Amino acid sequence: MQHLFKIVYCFLALSLTACSTNQQSTTLYQELGGEEKVAEIVENFISEIEFNADIYHYFKDSDIGRFREKLNEHLCFLTNGPCQYSGDSMVDVHTGMNITERDFNLGVDLFINAMTKANVPHPVQNKVLNVMAKTRKEIIYL
Amino acid sequence: MTKKNFFSRYKYLSKVILLALLFTSFTGNAADGKLIATAGLIQVEGSGGGGLVPWATIAGYDSQEQISLSAVSSMVSLDDYRLNVLGLTASFYDRVEVGLTQQRFDLKTLGGEIKQNIISMKYRLYGDVVYSDWPQLSVGMQYKSLQDKAVAELVGADKSDHGTDFYLAMTKVHLGAIAGYNALWNVTLRASKANEMGLLGFGGVNNDDYQIMTEASVGLLMSRHLALGVEYRQKPDNLGLKEADWYDYFVSYIPNKNFNITLAWAELGKIAGSDKQSGLYLSINGQLR
Repeated sequence: MQHLFKIVYCFLALSLTACSTNQQSTTLYQELGGEEKVAEIVENFISEIEFNADIYHYFKDSDIGRFREKLNEHLCFLTNGPCQYSGDSMVDVHTGMNITERDFNLGVDLFINAMTKANVPHPVQNKVLNVMAKTRKEIIYL
Repeated sequence: MTKKNFFSRYKYLSKVILLALLFTSFTGNAADGKLIATAGLIQVEGSGGGGLVPWATIAGYDSQEQISLSAVSSMVSLDDYRLNVLGLTASFYDRVEVGLTQQRFDLKTLGGEIKQNIISMKYRLYGDVVYSDWPQLSVGMQYKSLQDKAVAELVGADKSDHGTDFYLAMTKVHLGAIAGYNALWNVTLRASKANEMGLLGFGGVNNDDYQIMTEASVGLLMSRHLALGVEYRQKPDNLGLKEADWYDYFVSYIPNKNFNITLAWAELGKIAGSDKQSGLYLSINGQLR
């Protein structure tokens, strides 16, 4: 049992150090690489969608230009960048699409591919996923 | 069943599972509705979990619209014993999991072996291990039917035919939590009478009632395909043989959602009079659909 406490302690110590390094004033947006990198991720994500039959059908009637603009804004906003999101609410955008859990996760996989192709480091990818994950309940089964 | 008969049957079963594992490399329509490396593994009693501890995760990559079927083959090679595990686990809509598992405990130094069959079930009560605000919460049971009773009777087990464990598990993945790496933790409370998982029967001279055991796991996902972790499993000492708590330190490689392989160092302490039993744990999981 003592053994276990040691392990848990190390784990906590690790996570505390992780927290203290996060207290710097750099935003996740800056860590990610700012406007240019966000735009690259969005471009990659759009092409991932175009080549995926399971996801593409959700987008076949949407205005790609508008989607591009609003996703750039939204990502900037979610990562604490200097942007305001001017699009419709997540709930309004996704209502009626009836996005399943399976397709949502497929979308996440495609977004990860988009970040990997933009050479976003693994730890930064996870931090971006963490802020995006909070919108999940405003997206699925609506 | 005679020994020869048993072995030929076992060989047949392992062939089936090996073929099934091979088949997973070619399967195209397998369940895929979870983030890679967040479905967990299948533990030594056939429940979705880590290596030694059942987690709240439902085995396989099924989402709310999917069914998955997984095969597992594991081995723990200790100084005086070897545990072989073969199992099949079906999961329905990321809600219910049902497993059929056979454990063979090879008494390397004493000679002979102990076989145990396990039927396991799990029900997810709440949450999603990645996305919900609170940890995923599941309840489960493992019905253990001991096939070779002689050793259990010899060491004074209260019951040597069968026993059932019940557990409550909570598991959470925190995205980017530790220096940007995804972290996982699990805590399981198990009500059990089992001696050495049931291989030495259920209950004994010290105690023949259910006791609540605490089990825990922590893990770090180094990439989408590599996980490191540690597990702890508290064990009762019903027989008065100084049955020890278990630990393991694992590395899992998850090349895709249909296959993963885990290598671990298991420290299982004193087992049936033999001190300091430790050794390598190797587990292969294949998702068939």
